[in-house]
Amino acid sequence: MGLKSRMTLVLVFLGFVLCILIERSGLLSAYILQISMYVGINIILTLSLNLVNGYMGEFSVGHAGFMAIGAYVSSIITVRVFHNQMGPFVFPLAVIVAGIVTAATSFVVAFPSFRTRGDYLAIVTLAFNMIVKSVLENIDALGGPRGFMGMGRLTNLVNVYAWCLVTIFVVRNLVYSNFGRAVLSIREDEVASNLVSVNTRQMKIMVFLIAAFFAGVAGALFAHVMQFINPRSFAIQKSTDILVMVYLGGIGSIFGSVLGATVYTVLLELLRPLGVWRWVVGPIMLVILMICRPTGIMGLKELTGLIPREERVLGKKEETDVVTASN
Amino acid sequence: MSLLQIEGLTHFFGGLKAVSDFNLELSAGEVVGLIGPNGAGKTTVFNLITGVYKPSAGHIRFEGQELVGLQSCQIISMGIARTFQTIRLFRDLTVLDNVRLGHFAQARYGIRDALMRSGKFRDEEKRIRDKGMELLEAFNLARYAHTQAKALPYGEQRRLEIARALSSNPRLLLLDEPAAGMNPREIDELLERIAWLKDEFDLTIFLIEHQMRVVMGICEHITVLDFGETIAVGAPREIQTNPRVLEAYLGKEVS
Amino acid sequence: MIIILMQQMLNGLQLGSVYALIALGYTMVYGILRLINFAHGDIFMISCYFGFFAAIAFLSNAIPTWLTFIATMMVSMLLTALVAVLIERVAYKPLRLAPRVSAVITALGIGLFLENFTLATLGPTPRGMPALLPNVNYRLGALSLSSVQILIIIISIVLMILLDRVVQKTMTGMAMRAVSYDKATASVMGVPVDRIISTTFAIGSAVAGAGGVLYSLAYPIINPYMGVRIGWWAFIAAVIGGIGNVRGAMLGAYILAFVEVFTPMVLPSSTYRDFVAFTVLLIVLVVRPTGLMGRVTAQKV
Ligand SMILES: Nc1ncnc2c1ncn2[C@@H]1O[C@H](COP(=O)(O)OP(=O)(O)OP(=O)(O)O)[C@@H](O)[C@H]1O
Ligand SMILES: [Mg+2]
Repeated sequence: MGLKSRMTLVLVFLGFVLCILIERSGLLSAYILQISMYVGINIILTLSLNLVNGYMGEFSVGHAGFMAIGAYVSSIITVRVFHNQMGPFVFPLAVIVAGIVTAATSFVVAFPSFRTRGDYLAIVTLAFNMIVKSVLENIDALGGPRGFMGMGRLTNLVNVYAWCLVTIFVVRNLVYSNFGRAVLSIREDEVASNLVSVNTRQMKIMVFLIAAFFAGVAGALFAHVMQFINPRSFAIQKSTDILVMVYLGGIGSIFGSVLGATVYTVLLELLRPLGVWRWVVGPIMLVILMICRPTGIMGLKELTGLIPREERVLGKKEETDVVTASN
Repeated sequence: MSLLQIEGLTHFFGGLKAVSDFNLELSAGEVVGLIGPNGAGKTTVFNLITGVYKPSAGHIRFEGQELVGLQSCQIISMGIARTFQTIRLFRDLTVLDNVRLGHFAQARYGIRDALMRSGKFRDEEKRIRDKGMELLEAFNLARYAHTQAKALPYGEQRRLEIARALSSNPRLLLLDEPAAGMNPREIDELLERIAWLKDEFDLTIFLIEHQMRVVMGICEHITVLDFGETIAVGAPREIQTNPRVLEAYLGKEVS
Repeated sequence: MIIILMQQMLNGLQLGSVYALIALGYTMVYGILRLINFAHGDIFMISCYFGFFAAIAFLSNAIPTWLTFIATMMVSMLLTALVAVLIERVAYKPLRLAPRVSAVITALGIGLFLENFTLATLGPTPRGMPALLPNVNYRLGALSLSSVQILIIIISIVLMILLDRVVQKTMTGMAMRAVSYDKATASVMGVPVDRIISTTFAIGSAVAGAGGVLYSLAYPIINPYMGVRIGWWAFIAAVIGGIGNVRGAMLGAYILAFVEVFTPMVLPSSTYRDFVAFTVLLIVLVVRPTGLMGRVTAQKV
């Protein structure tokens, strides 16, 4: 094991220690703790959508639909199946099951993506989002439009931190592999991609599965912070929030997604004193950023530390902290 | 046995008969040309072979196996590769990534290996990388390995397209107007390269060309298309003097 | 039963007409810029407010009702067009060469801005649109028909025909189609691309502005969030018809309106309405990936 990977392990470990300390010591107010968890959940969501929109180049606008499925499935497990007992043990399992179930539903979007693409696929994802919401509103057993409650506050900072790491780990290792290159080539030119032997259908299924899995996980974590969910929490507005975070941070960049999610979440909190004007100022800032920097904060670049050593571009570019993400 | 066998290939775009009853036999090691005026249906033949479109009728067999109905990626991984009339590189990817993509179907590791960075993954990635660099060396592109493909000069982009096609280890290479946009010196270079390719990589080559000089120089057989119909088949010399060809093809070029 | 069906047909026709007026804006902008203008629903909402304030202002003077109505329409259309052109100039134009999604995200931002700016300045309380026209109910056998309903349908259809003519027959329309086909070439051919794009925004929004006034006559409750749902529905209508296609948008709008009106007759809860609409959309897109009247463009290789 190289020095670098040992350092990474140490950092990851320190992160865990820090999370536990913060949580136990009560050093930070409950409010800040909550915001930190939102940041983490949003990082997971943003990375997962970045896989579809940023790396594969589709335009999915219905990510909240996946999130909803994860949120409801996990809540059913903890509340209805286990009646809020053995929470700390059941919860991790519930999150994973929620992720898997959500992944299974991704075929609804993956199959149309074989034939439909671009803006029309965007509409398919939008329709998916609306249908999920509409179905949830019509299932009385799940509270219908009134929502579902009774979840314990099972999500904690350690949970969120761990899932963030898993997401970053998976996305990073996937992207810097044959599969990742194939996914990028779909973004560049799908027909040509097929014609250099890339099984584009297989890749699309893979990407949608993984993206949906993590969206489901994020939904599960979200449900157990809020302790109350209703179909409206997963409306199209939520999807557009995630979209904004992806493009704010920059497509095709892991670090960009981390930044995008953090900046967006924290900024909206900082603007809270503005009251209703918060949502006036926020969008204006977004528009200004898009005009000045259309490719987002990171603009297709990746943080060097996240790129596997053998993929880093050697030579003069190494001096700068970032190199082209599409390596 | 012939490498590629096409029988009665026909294709309609709506009411337009773009290819009509096209037949061809390619033996291993040959260089065969496909010529014809603009819109004759040449590129469509390539698209049909590589599964971009499904033919309205006809058979295409590669080493005895039927290709009609297969997906493009399956056809490519059987050993056919192609270039495009207008360059279609993965523009934002690096030159090295462009030539590594052809290994998609051959890489012997799964998603789990990639996620866990297993030994198998490392070995394969190294092999793919070395192969890619080797290919770039052979095409004199190695120094651009980490440049984005779109940043290359035109001639280099054309070369990269061929290199990328070769990265999937084909036995049959389809070249769609490889000399398009090249000056005479570059064309000479290209002809040399194609001859070298054929021996070095043990290829059979089927190429579309507009410029007579190119086809006459390297092709052993030529098929001539006009409005989707095959109007002549034969050796370059016979083609050059065939009156129907002169009328349909050269005649138009002169006017 | 037949009567109810006929009655619902009429309601569908009325609703579809309004949707069509809004869907047209989506489709025109998309046709010319390949931009899904997510702010369009909120532009519609703004137009309702313009209509509301204009109506209040005109009603306080003693002018004939029909004149009030026409003036309200005019003011709303004009101001809405102005706002849209302003947005296009300030927010979209700098992004013309940027990645396509940047413009889409900007559009989302503008939409949010319009909604919340309205909310912040005018408050969340819904406003009731005053009745501009005396609402007479006609009875046709057992069928009841209101004058507003007839007016909405007629005005919408006239506007649509007018627009269709403009796009198909006039120089401006020709230039629009040229720009939508290939901006660079159009520019070389001497088409003033920027002006044509602004004109497209203006026309599309003016039509939405007309839709806004008509809508608020039929459903006279105006609030800052009203644009969201109607905007999405109009957008879906445009897509079902084949986005970028003017006639397709009209077709899609009527289909969707009928779905909306007839679903509650078959399925109990009104919330199924969305479910059915989106399922229809999904099926249309799976069967015809570019919508009902969209060009099926086999990609050239
Ligand atoms: N995807 C498509 N949809 C409809 N028509 C097409 C399509 N592709 C090609 N065609 C038509 O089929 C005919 C043959 O086209 P093709 O591209 O095969 O010609 P070509 O011989 O390669 O010509 P060129 O020398 O110009 O490349 C042309 O009339 C062309 O317009
Ligand atoms: Mg051609």
